[in-house]
Amino acid sequence: MSTNKSAATLQRRPLVKQLLEGADDNLLVIAGLGSSNWDITAAGDRPLNMPLWGSMGAPVGMGLGLAMAQPTKRVLVITGDGDMLMSLGSLATVATQMPENLAIVVLDNEKFGETGNQATHTSPRNNGPTDSGAGTDLAMIARGCGIPDATTVRDSSEVADLVKDVRSKKGPVFRLVKVMVEKLEFVMPPQDGAHLKDRFRQALLGHP
Amino acid sequence: MTAAPTQPDWRDQIFEVFQDHDIKQVYHVPDAGHGRLIEACQRSNSIRTLALTTEEEGIPLAAGAWLGGQRSVLLMQSSGVGNTINLMGMPKTLRFPFLTLITMRGDWGEFNSWQYPMGQGTPKVLEAMGVLLYSVETADEVKATVDAAARSAFNGGQAVAVLLRQKLIGIKNFGKK
Repeated sequence: MSTNKSAATLQRRPLVKQLLEGADDNLLVIAGLGSSNWDITAAGDRPLNMPLWGSMGAPVGMGLGLAMAQPTKRVLVITGDGDMLMSLGSLATVATQMPENLAIVVLDNEKFGETGNQATHTSPRNNGPTDSGAGTDLAMIARGCGIPDATTVRDSSEVADLVKDVRSKKGPVFRLVKVMVEKLEFVMPPQDGAHLKDRFRQALLGHP
Repeated sequence: MTAAPTQPDWRDQIFEVFQDHDIKQVYHVPDAGHGRLIEACQRSNSIRTLALTTEEEGIPLAAGAWLGGQRSVLLMQSSGVGNTINLMGMPKTLRFPFLTLITMRGDWGEFNSWQYPMGQGTPKVLEAMGVLLYSVETADEVKATVDAAARSAFNGGQAVAVLLRQKLIGIKNFGKK
């Protein structure tokens, strides 16, 4: 039994589906490896999705490079707490540029899902010998890095505003979303990185 | 022999190559060897220049820029190369053009023993990750070498590193740009 006083109730799959509802050519999506990749794919694979199968720690940097190259498009990075913990400095780099078109959503289940649900640093302290973290607050880190609009979402009543902020609010927008630990079906996009990159550029630029 | 016209500084020549190749994003970790070039990029209206917290960030940034249709360059020191190695696989996996210019330490007359392991390891680890290596030791070869590297990257689709050898940069002189 978790001692986490605010156990998560939000489910990542329907949440990501809502985040991507009605996605058009103006929405460019990058997802981190593992669950976030399967989540955006379950919502509907599309050329303007760039789901990563590796490169842990890369999504926020990719999102920033893309947001600067395409300032008139909305860029949405969706990744997990483990991935975000591996590239905390990238949040400070985002803050040096303050891209108005970038939104970052971290789905925080407090676990390293791909390796067997070991606790990440965002897990609470004193959660037993094998399941304790440090209670690391990634939204507070994002604010500390210089991204003022960085908040935490825990409740289904906040999801409508979350979707609106992520899709259209002046960025950079950072949202930490506390989600349940779930065992979900793998819904896999194509794996070939060159293909994923080429189809993305073809859809965005008209050439690979 | 008549006196040759004074060559522009090689770092200014690199900046010219960046403009010739339509480089739009430049990433760096502050570095004395690249200092003059970094400042030229920062003053440019056509280049977005970003300071990184670690060299590793430069690879996904370059991938994102390319996804969005822009060319970029990562400037780093040999000691930073080790920080990039896992993500240095991205240019191979995604097959996107990647160009990095590396100022070498632990290479030629280095006084600091801490610089030798990564300095000496730099060409080997880059080769292991499938990065093409160009090396330049004299000022008069810088422009042509960086230009060739940019062509291999952006026309030939390769991941390319130019090693600016310590013989070119000079033995570190603390406190002076």
